Amino acid sequence: MSDLLYSEIENDLRAGVRGLLDDKAAWTDVLAGTEKDDAHDAALWRALTDMGVTALPVPEDLGGAGASWRETAVVMEELGRAVAAVPFLTGAVLGVAASQAAGDRDLLSGGRTALLAVPFTTAPNGPLPGGVQADGGTVTGTVTSVADAAAADVLLVPASGGLYAVEAADARLTPVVSLDMTRRLCDVTFDAAPARRIAEGDDALRQALAVGAAMLASEQLGLAERCLETTVAYLKTRYQFGRPVGSYQGLKHRLADLWTAITQARAVARYAADCAATGDPDLPVAVAVAQAHCSTVTVRAAEECVQMHGGIGFTWEHPAHLYLKRAKSGALALGTPDRHRAALAALVDLPYGS
Amino acid sequence: MSTAPPDADELRRRVGDFLAGHDPAATEPLEFLRARFDAGLAWVHYPEGLGGLGAPRALQPQVDKAFAAAGAPTNQPERNGIGLGMAAPTVLAFGTEEQKRRFLRPLWTGEEIWCQLFSEPGAGSDLAALGTRAVRDGDHWTVNGQKVWTSMAHEARWAILVTRTDPDVPKHRGMTYFVCDMTAPGVEVRPLRQITGEAEFNEVFLTDVRIPDEHRLGEVGDGWRVSTTTLMNERVAIGGAATPREGGMIGVVAKLWRERPELRTPGLHEALLRSWVEAEAARLTGERLRQQLTAGQPGPEGSAAKLAFAALNQQISGLELELLGEDGLRYDDWTMRRPSEVDFTRRSPGYRYLRAKGNSIEGGTSEILRNIIAERVLGLPGEIRVDKDVPWKDLPK
Ligand SMILES: Cc1cc2nc3c(=O)[nH]c(=O)nc-3n(C[C@H](O)[C@H](O)[C@H](O)COP(=O)(O)OP(=O)(O)OC[C@H]3O[C@@H](n4cnc5c(N)ncnc54)[C@H](O)[C@@H]3O)c2cc1C
Repeated sequence: MSDLLYSEIENDLRAGVRGLLDDKAAWTDVLAGTEKDDAHDAALWRALTDMGVTALPVPEDLGGAGASWRETAVVMEELGRAVAAVPFLTGAVLGVAASQAAGDRDLLSGGRTALLAVPFTTAPNGPLPGGVQADGGTVTGTVTSVADAAAADVLLVPASGGLYAVEAADARLTPVVSLDMTRRLCDVTFDAAPARRIAEGDDALRQALAVGAAMLASEQLGLAERCLETTVAYLKTRYQFGRPVGSYQGLKHRLADLWTAITQARAVARYAADCAATGDPDLPVAVAVAQAHCSTVTVRAAEECVQMHGGIGFTWEHPAHLYLKRAKSGALALGTPDRHRAALAALVDLPYGS
Repeated sequence: MSTAPPDADELRRRVGDFLAGHDPAATEPLEFLRARFDAGLAWVHYPEGLGGLGAPRALQPQVDKAFAAAGAPTNQPERNGIGLGMAAPTVLAFGTEEQKRRFLRPLWTGEEIWCQLFSEPGAGSDLAALGTRAVRDGDHWTVNGQKVWTSMAHEARWAILVTRTDPDVPKHRGMTYFVCDMTAPGVEVRPLRQITGEAEFNEVFLTDVRIPDEHRLGEVGDGWRVSTTTLMNERVAIGGAATPREGGMIGVVAKLWRERPELRTPGLHEALLRSWVEAEAARLTGERLRQQLTAGQPGPEGSAAKLAFAALNQQISGLELELLGEDGLRYDDWTMRRPSEVDFTRRSPGYRYLRAKGNSIEGGTSEILRNIIAERVLGLPGEIRVDKDVPWKDLPK
């Protein structure tokens, strides 16, 4: 059975990342960032790169940390807690996983940020986008709703049955006003952009999406915990009718249920991370379970956070809306819970039709 | 005992030696079990002389597996859940040397079944309100009162019993805990028929029952603390069993889905997949809980596991009936019987649906578990307690 706990190294890593985020990504910083022109927090991204956590699963001889997706998942938890605006899921997870699956040493060792140019809703088991065509060393077409595209040095785009690497400078990016402004989207257009094929077929892409979905579950776990903690802390101090509102069972029981669901989220997210790290053939099932569960729990946590804060939770000057927007966008990302359940139906032999 | 506790290799060796000296095929089962206990291979984390070797608890599954592989007789733990899961850890924690020696061996071998005389008509969730009186009479106590919902009292040789010994102090302080002989004069067990038709549980009337003071567990007046140990073990026992994927009720429904395509509807498909995900999440959470315990990092997740298990069993057993359609209208047997164990999978879907309703009541209701999580884990403020400082005798009843 997979190891579902955290190792000492993982706990140390967590402490380091949390320290950095407490320092550089307090929610007020994150909120301010959403109103800036810069799509992400470049200084924070640099600090994470300097810490060595943006290339954890990359082998040491290619300039990485020679660690695994388990450690990466711990970083994801912390970034989720902070709703940090950095292209980690997209660059350090999806981009790295795709480069790894394609076996592209240049991309892995180049110290440049490669991102997948697919709609952020693309699911590992679902239909893949087909709007880009390859033709004699170039690609042409448009991909909508690409997360963090503005942070890319290189875009990895599926086209004509292969996966192609394109210099971001050769693509046209149109920023989109996004529901989650801590992970902004762009529409990306390629117009005979010079492209290099890095993989045949869609295996590399699907593998990257599966790893990404596994890691997203850990981000969601971190965010759900943050929502619960914030809410519990508030309910202890807010008095109405002469009592802390946290002493009312109507609220307590909902939070107890939420906590229960979060303990389960931790187990399924750890399992998915371990499967990704060890190349366990159960990864597709682990990912579908983790996404179906964690997306749902995190949205619930964020919605409860807004509701239980009352009016203050509905204001711009409170972090609850940052959590809610990230939670709901994350639930749509890399496949909705429903899509993951549909995938599961096939994976575990529970089909609707015969 | 200055030697280090045995490790996995040492245990393997000891089991090997034991089996070499006690051929499972040629030894009478009870004799075999007693010898296994005496060799310290019953529950290896218990102390030497009490069925264990002071080994890490995590090594128990390995030992059980080795005995099973050799075709050894089992102690039929399913018949003595309360004994093994609750009475034994309480006796171990609070019993005198004498009590541990007397009770633990026949408990483990299954020679003596135990039951739990806690709940009363007027004291369920609020266990500390109980009114069964124990009055000291020299080196004995005389007990009078009524207990209710006592599972397997009709099978039990012994009971763990909480009583009121001092009505003049607030409720949590005046309680005392005993081991009660279920064959003693004045103990009357009457079956209570339940929604499934049979009677797992009973009413137990205690009339001038004499309990020797040697059968007291813990100090006089310390019964609440002793009970808390029992209840904590109860929740771990209910939520924490290892299961393979699709073990438990979800496996039954998944099999039905695969075998009977004509029953499928889109809504039931959706519900099935949701339940499947939840069952798998609960299973992995249980696995993580066990890994935590093994690593010596026990967490409060046990109450969460029990809460989730109850909800899931109810959801899945309800789904099974809907999926069955017409067959869901039938029931296997309403005959009033007195079972010696609870078996979810061998009975009909209707039984599963009904029996699962007990999962959110027995061992602390789901509402009480939510209170516990909210207050002890999340640290939210407690309920308003109108009864805290009131002497038990003055409480509204
Ligand atoms: C199958 C089965 C087996 C059992 N076996 C045993 C046994 O072997 N030995 C034994 O001693 N007992 C046993 N019990 C009894 C069980 O422990 C009690 O039924 C349980 O603790 C609830 O007590 P009650 O029935 O008095 O309900 P009550 O405590 O009266 O509860 C009624 C309702 O009020 C809710 N409630 C109560 N207090 C609160 C509160 N503070 N906040 C919110 N809601 C509250 C409850 O959750 C419940 O929904 C068994 C019960 C069942 C169903």
